[in-house]
Order: sequence, then C-alpha cells, then structure tokens
Amino acid sequence: MAKIPVQFTLNGSEKAEFVDGGTTLLNALRDKIGDTSPKGGCHQGTCGACSVIIDGEIRLSCLTLAETCNGADIKTLSGLAEGGVLHPLQRAFLDTFATQCGFCTPGMIMAAKVLLDHTPNPSRDDVVEALSGNICRCTGYEPIIEAVLLAARANSQNAA
Amino acid sequence: MELRKSYFADVRKDDLHEIGQPRPRSDSPGHVTGKTAYFADRNFPGMLHLKMVRSPHHHARIRSIDTSEAEKHPGVVKVLTAKDVPHNVYTILTLIQIGPEDETVLADGKVRWKGEAVVAVLAETERAAQEAAAKVKVDYEVLPAVFDMEEALKPGSPLVNEYHGHNYYSYDSGACRKVRFGDVEAGFAEADHVLEQSYQSSPIEHAPTETTGCVVAPEGNDRFTCYTNTQAMFFTLDNTSIILQMPGSKLHFVGGTVGGGFGGKVDVIVEPIAVLGAKLTGRPVSFIYSREEEMQISSPRAAEKVVIKDGVMKDGRIIARKVTGYTDAGAYSRHSPYGAQKGAGHYPGPYTIPNVWIDTYCVYTNRTPSSAMRGFGVTIGDFALEVQMDKLARLIGMDPLEFRFINAYRDGDMKAHRQPTEGAALIECMQEASRTANWPVAEKYMAMSSYVKGA
Repeated sequence: MAKIPVQFTLNGSEKAEFVDGGTTLLNALRDKIGDTSPKGGCHQGTCGACSVIIDGEIRLSCLTLAETCNGADIKTLSGLAEGGVLHPLQRAFLDTFATQCGFCTPGMIMAAKVLLDHTPNPSRDDVVEALSGNICRCTGYEPIIEAVLLAARANSQNAA
Repeated sequence: MELRKSYFADVRKDDLHEIGQPRPRSDSPGHVTGKTAYFADRNFPGMLHLKMVRSPHHHARIRSIDTSEAEKHPGVVKVLTAKDVPHNVYTILTLIQIGPEDETVLADGKVRWKGEAVVAVLAETERAAQEAAAKVKVDYEVLPAVFDMEEALKPGSPLVNEYHGHNYYSYDSGACRKVRFGDVEAGFAEADHVLEQSYQSSPIEHAPTETTGCVVAPEGNDRFTCYTNTQAMFFTLDNTSIILQMPGSKLHFVGGTVGGGFGGKVDVIVEPIAVLGAKLTGRPVSFIYSREEEMQISSPRAAEKVVIKDGVMKDGRIIARKVTGYTDAGAYSRHSPYGAQKGAGHYPGPYTIPNVWIDTYCVYTNRTPSSAMRGFGVTIGDFALEVQMDKLARLIGMDPLEFRFINAYRDGDMKAHRQPTEGAALIECMQEASRTANWPVAEKYMAMSSYVKGA
C-alpha cells in the first residue's frame, strides 16, 4: 500500500511522516512521532482522552485521519509547559488534586486550554460544557472543574 | 479538617503528622505534563499484535478448530491454541491455596461463557490479526446453558464447570460458607416482628478509561519484560510463571501505573498468553483489549442475591438474623469464592445480634466470570442490609438512625463469628453524622459511647 506523506507543526516543531491511508492522528502521534501524551481509551470518540488542539480547536485525535492534517498546527499536552515552566492549568491540576490515575488528564487539560483561550473568565457552566466530551472514570470531575476555574482566576490576575 | 482529639484519647498516640495535612500525589507531576508512562506508551520495533478468537456461544463443546486459513493470511506470524500453552488450566487464587484449577487460558474441548478465549492470533499489524482471527473456523456443538443462580443450584441443571463437579464452590464447610451463632429459630419465635426481604443486583462493569492489556518484549536468554497495567503484580507474575512453566526469574514485570482499574485489573488474563506469544515468536507482543472487549469480556462485579430475615423487638433490638447470599461467579472462580466468603463474614453488619445464621453460596453459571471490584462481596450486602435496617425501623415506628444506635456493636460485644469487638467507633461516627446531617436523635443516644461500658 502506498504511503501518504503528511507534514504538520507539532508543539512548534515541523514534522514530516509517511503514513498508511486510514492511520489516525492518534496512532501517528504515538507510534510514529513518539508523542504518547494523547491517550487511546476508546478509539471511537467517546472518552476524550486523545483530545488535541488542531488549529486552535479541540479535536479527537482517534477520529482524525493523519492524512487530513497537512499544514495543521497541532498542540498536545507534552508541549504545554514552556521552558520547563508549567502552564497555569497544569499548576492548577496539581494544586487542586485534579488527577487520580492521570489517564484522562491530557485530554482534560487540552479541552480546558481551548476554553480559556476563547473564554478567559468562564462560568462554572462554561467549564462543565467544555469538559463534557471528556470522561473521568475515577470520578474526579469536581476537582477538575475547580482546577479550570482556578487557572482562569490565576490568568486574569496575571493579566491585571 | 477538624481533628477531634477527644476520641480514644487514652489509646491514641499524638505524634501523627500526616492527617489533615495536604500532600501532593507523587505521580501527579507526570500526569499533568504527559510524561507518566502507561504500559501502551512502550513501543518496540517489530512488535506483533495479538487478537483473540472468542466464543460466540454461552456453553458449547468444541468439535474442531481449523486455523489453516488464518495461518495463510498475509502478516500472520503465529496462531496459538490450547495445546501450545504449557499449563493451560489454572486458577488465580491457587497462590493462596484456593483451588481447584478451573479456568483455561485458551479453551480446550469446551467453552463455558460467551466471549471465552479460544484461539490467539499474532500478526504484524492489528488489522491483519483481526482479519485472520475472523478466518479461524471453530465447530461448536451448542449445549444448554444456565444463567440464573437458583436454577444453577437445582438438581439436573446443566453442569457449567467440570473441575468443580457441581454448580457451586466447595468450601471446607460444604456447599456454602456458614456462620452459626445462638439459636436463630428461637429468636424468631420470641420476636415481636419478623421481616423477610430479598435483594438482587446486576453485574457491574468497571469501564476503566485505559483498557486492560500488556506489552511484552523478549530480552534474549529466554527472559521477558512485560509492561502491564495489572493491579495485582505478584499474582500476575506468579500465575504467568505457573502457566508457562518457567521460573519467575525469567519474567520481569513492570507495572505500577494503571489508567483506572477499580478491581477489574486484578485477574491474570492478558499477560500469560502475550508472554507465550513473545516466547514462541521471539518478537515483542502487544495485547490490548478494544473498548468493546473491555465492556464485554473483562470481569464485572458479581451479580448477587441476598435474602435477609430479621426478628426485631418493639423496643428496637434485633434478636435474630438469617441470611442466604448468592454470588454469581460466572463460569470460573477467579476471585469470587473469596467474595462470597467475605459476604458471610459481613452479613451480621456492624450490629450486635444474639442469634445469627448465614449461608453464602458461590455459584457457577454460563455468564462472564465475575471478579474483584471495590469492596466486592460486601458492597451489595451493605446496600441490602442498610435498606433492611430502614425497613425494620419503619416497621416498629422508630427513627432509622436511633434504631441503629440501639443495635450498633460496642467494645466487648461478641460478634457472630466469636471475635470480641475491639476499637469500635460506630456510635461516635453516627453521633458526628447526626450533627453534620442535622438529623437530631434523642439525647440518650448522644450520650452513648462505643468504648465505655454501660455508657
């Protein structure tokens, strides 16, 4: 089977790969490029653990074909901390005890980042809505919502 | 959090530094940066993918297995059946002397539940493994199946598991685990009211976000490293050693990070066959449940039935309790004989009852084998017991919390299993709960104590 070339920017670095037709972005990131921060929980678009940011929008990498990502700007959790400094969302997830097993965390943080990029001062309902595509089976939604609200407050204080 | 130092002041040490102090989880920095390594984050060059051919029937005899078409499928490297497994019949708890061995790694001669593993296919890609698995031909003679525990216990019911010879687990006490204390029939005769109720539950799936699986890498010298999300590392290592008839020193298991488990990852299902695949091919092997397999194949919390008969006096004292518990193990034991046994110990509840009679059965049916899940063996029992307590309180017109104060066990009380109660704090917990929930109880209950006799 002919391989398909695909080029995109991942966390600021240029990537070029040859993939089989039908390869998901999740598999391309994890198996080809070695960025294992997006997690595969259901491979059918229901758990949200594989969520990544493509051109500023939250996307399920298990339902996105790698070949459709030519020229895209892709961000994953592994690229969120800059220069070793945690992003306010990462700091807030630590401070509010918002991780248990950690498997849903990459998707949760990326979904929260898109929310805060669009809505810097979200209401609790905004946070719930933004995270509604992400499942946490350790039942930690309350601390996660708290973490996102805390990060939003930290951001607005920094901006002020 | 407020720490009440008045409780157990005479027995507590006051050199505690941790309770009430926030401490970061040691693994959370890895979680928030995406650096935590789960088993599936290990990728090895030349890794093979394992897919299972599973039984479409609840109960059937296997007449023949034809793997020739699957073996010819492009990308297929190896196809494994029961005869390839050195010690094919096992049981997880054999390591703590609970037998007999009653479960096959790959079905041999018979399948006992829908979804049972029959043939393992190892191929270069996941897709090739899946396509080849669909080409394996298994000829089944479908047998009558039994899905209801009480049906399974009736004479003449289809025999689920020949290794037991009957559809229940044999304890050293016989067909069920027993607790006998006082004279329960005399208690019922004396009681002002007798209430018998039955409670039933369905199986519950854990649904961890990360599905069950492992990645095995051969290290040369017949030594293997297995990256796994097991919740029971040493059960897994030791059972793999037994199943593959190879010393534990040849097996290096790496775990610790589990993407959700809740008990569902304590069974030893994926690792032995994946290590065998790596041993026979000399290549790394990945065996990961799909989401569909996780929901349908992984062991659930057991379905249970609990029949509780209580004799109660008008003043609120429970004077007799008779409980019959049934735990649906499914087709194989796994951890269920232990769960049913825990139930027997638990059914008196945290209450002092002078006459107790308990039987708990671990029953085999042609359903998915059940196993551990958070407090298995006692969780459904607690639901049943506490609903029963509310019904008893209503029956005699008492406040349900005051009713529990009357029956709560206190230090020095003899439990039904003839262990005197020590260090009970139930009265104090209920007093605190009463304040917190703003559910007032009479002053005499607020003056009670678990550890001062007569108070």
